[in-house]
Amino acid sequence: MSHKKIKTISDPKLKLEVLTEQEVKKIHDATLHIIENVGVRFPSKRALEIWESVGANVDHEKRIVRVKPHVIEEALKKCPPAYALAARDPQQDLPLDGNHVCLGTDGCGVEVIDIHTKEKRTSCLQDVRDIARVADATEEVAFHWVPVSAQDAPVEARGLHELKAVWENSTKHVQTESIYNVEEAKASMEMAMLLAGGKEELRKRPVLSLMQCTAPPLGHDGGSLDAALIAAEHGVPTGFMTMASCMTTGPATMAGTLAVGNAEVIAATTLLQIAYPGAPVFYAAAQTSSDPRTGVYTGGGPEDFLFGAATNVLADFYNIPLSMGSFATGAKEPNWQAGLEGSLSTFMASVVMSDMLLGCGFLHGSRIWSYAEMMMDCEVFSIIEKMMHGIVVDEETLALEAIAAVGPGGHYLAQKHTRNHMRELFMPQFLDRRPYSTWEDKGDDARDWALEKARKILKNHQPDPLEEKISKEFERIIKSVEKK
Amino acid sequence: MSDELEKLFKDMAQSIIDGDSDISVELAQKSIEMGVPPLDAITKGFVIGVNYIGDQFGAGEAFLPELVMAGEAMKAAVATLEPELLKLGEAREIMGRVVLATVEGDIHEIGKTLVGTMLSASGFEVVDLGVDQPADKIIGKALEINANLIGMSALLTTTMVRQREVIEELDKEGLRPRIKVMVGGAPITRDWATKIKADGTSEDAVGAVVLAKQLMGKE
Repeated sequence: MSHKKIKTISDPKLKLEVLTEQEVKKIHDATLHIIENVGVRFPSKRALEIWESVGANVDHEKRIVRVKPHVIEEALKKCPPAYALAARDPQQDLPLDGNHVCLGTDGCGVEVIDIHTKEKRTSCLQDVRDIARVADATEEVAFHWVPVSAQDAPVEARGLHELKAVWENSTKHVQTESIYNVEEAKASMEMAMLLAGGKEELRKRPVLSLMQCTAPPLGHDGGSLDAALIAAEHGVPTGFMTMASCMTTGPATMAGTLAVGNAEVIAATTLLQIAYPGAPVFYAAAQTSSDPRTGVYTGGGPEDFLFGAATNVLADFYNIPLSMGSFATGAKEPNWQAGLEGSLSTFMASVVMSDMLLGCGFLHGSRIWSYAEMMMDCEVFSIIEKMMHGIVVDEETLALEAIAAVGPGGHYLAQKHTRNHMRELFMPQFLDRRPYSTWEDKGDDARDWALEKARKILKNHQPDPLEEKISKEFERIIKSVEKK
Repeated sequence: MSDELEKLFKDMAQSIIDGDSDISVELAQKSIEMGVPPLDAITKGFVIGVNYIGDQFGAGEAFLPELVMAGEAMKAAVATLEPELLKLGEAREIMGRVVLATVEGDIHEIGKTLVGTMLSASGFEVVDLGVDQPADKIIGKALEINANLIGMSALLTTTMVRQREVIEELDKEGLRPRIKVMVGGAPITRDWATKIKADGTSEDAVGAVVLAKQLMGKE
């Protein structure tokens, strides 16, 4: 049952100081200033009522809320600092405790590079099933997002069809970003309770978590807020993700964009804590810089990489777990840019120990799913996982005996010490270390091998099935939401 | 042309290049006081600045914010001159009339707003309805202003289907090809645009202007 194992980054040796304590404090103060003076838009009747109940200044016409710093700071103290994301298979529960970096897929893509034809096409429900099944088999993918939109499923219950598809094809935790209205949120909680075995069981073992996008600058979507409140009520972990971008939805400067995004996230997190004190929450972010020439979303670049490291420092300051955008390159196909952006974004977010990483498997800024990219992203994650352990220096690893035995000249290939430690060296699946002539003769590369691996998994991997009774109940719940 | 007039036109162009709405409005007012024909102020003054920034952008020199600020300075200047034009019974030659909206159920509009700024700066008359707009509102406004183009944005896969509803409604009422339709937004692909029989799509604001001009047969 090798697929049950999940590879996470833990006990890191590498460290990086991207922001000093003083700088974090400055960003925090700026954030409180923004929330108190500029305000944040909360276009939800329920949210505005909650804000009014704690004496916030509510502009009903513009639906902008201004809040005193102490209200925010008091509420944030109620956030649980650590909890676990539960999986259908309890062996695969993920501790969000500051000492684990867990990789997830991403969403929500609209196209897929077909695993068989290699042609790009519109995503559908079967893709959600297939991707979940392949992700289930990998050690690196620790949890799912709904990766692509099931565009052949009815709009009003699409998010539920997607959840069912993932749960039926994997035993790992599911985090969805595709539930953003009251009806679907309620139905998804019903589904999660069924899977967990009841209301209290779900609270103890949240098999589902919800991610809601903010609407930068300094705004939220009404449906998302209402859905998040329903999740918080059920003890289902909920996070707000800012994607504020330098120059367009955030100031051109990185510090300013951090402050704007931070205001969105912590204001909404406060809302949840006021309504349901102690509800499990997480910080989520995928800030970027817009392209200076065209203003478009970039999906990578030095600013993204720095945001990746800086945001966890903020989440740590508030003592809540972070879900950070990594991978999800802006490249159009698995290529140099994809490798560069995937590696640096993931390294920077990992070295600071972001609890959850997103983005595995995506091209063109989370719009196009590629199985080859997914497999290669997994390898990048494995490389970073290896690097994070750093270099062990002790008597055994200094290898003085072996060094003396070999002496000047000679080699270490026949040493017992070598045999004892050689499997600690990283064994890549997709790095091309063949002789030049082999490469020349075969003309293939990592992309071919990665795709082949995904094809094999899809053909052979059988995830532990979901009880048929539960599937049937899921169907009933979904039907009740679908338009007659 | 007098030196004074020449300097005025040059300053007007520069105010657009600098993206300075305060100065462009000030110069527009000055031109009215000086009795400069408003159409001259536009075509010999301000438009020169717009074209310059456009060329710089095309050459990879100017950045998007410069384009946006030039667009806003241009819009402010034209708004100042508009009452004069009306008085004289003149009209600025426009590239076309456009109704823009983010479809029903969707509140994500930054891309659409940007397209609006770019289109106005390029000589289109733009009515931006904002977010969460149902089909009848969009079509109603298009008929009201006799629009040539409708531009719709959507960010969610669950709202992009509304773009098709608007197009189907337009077809049903026989309003196409009189009214052309552009669609956009992060999940919108060329395939989607073709599938729902839109007249075109663009992945960025500058491309949207090129598309709009093509659809108007202007380029």
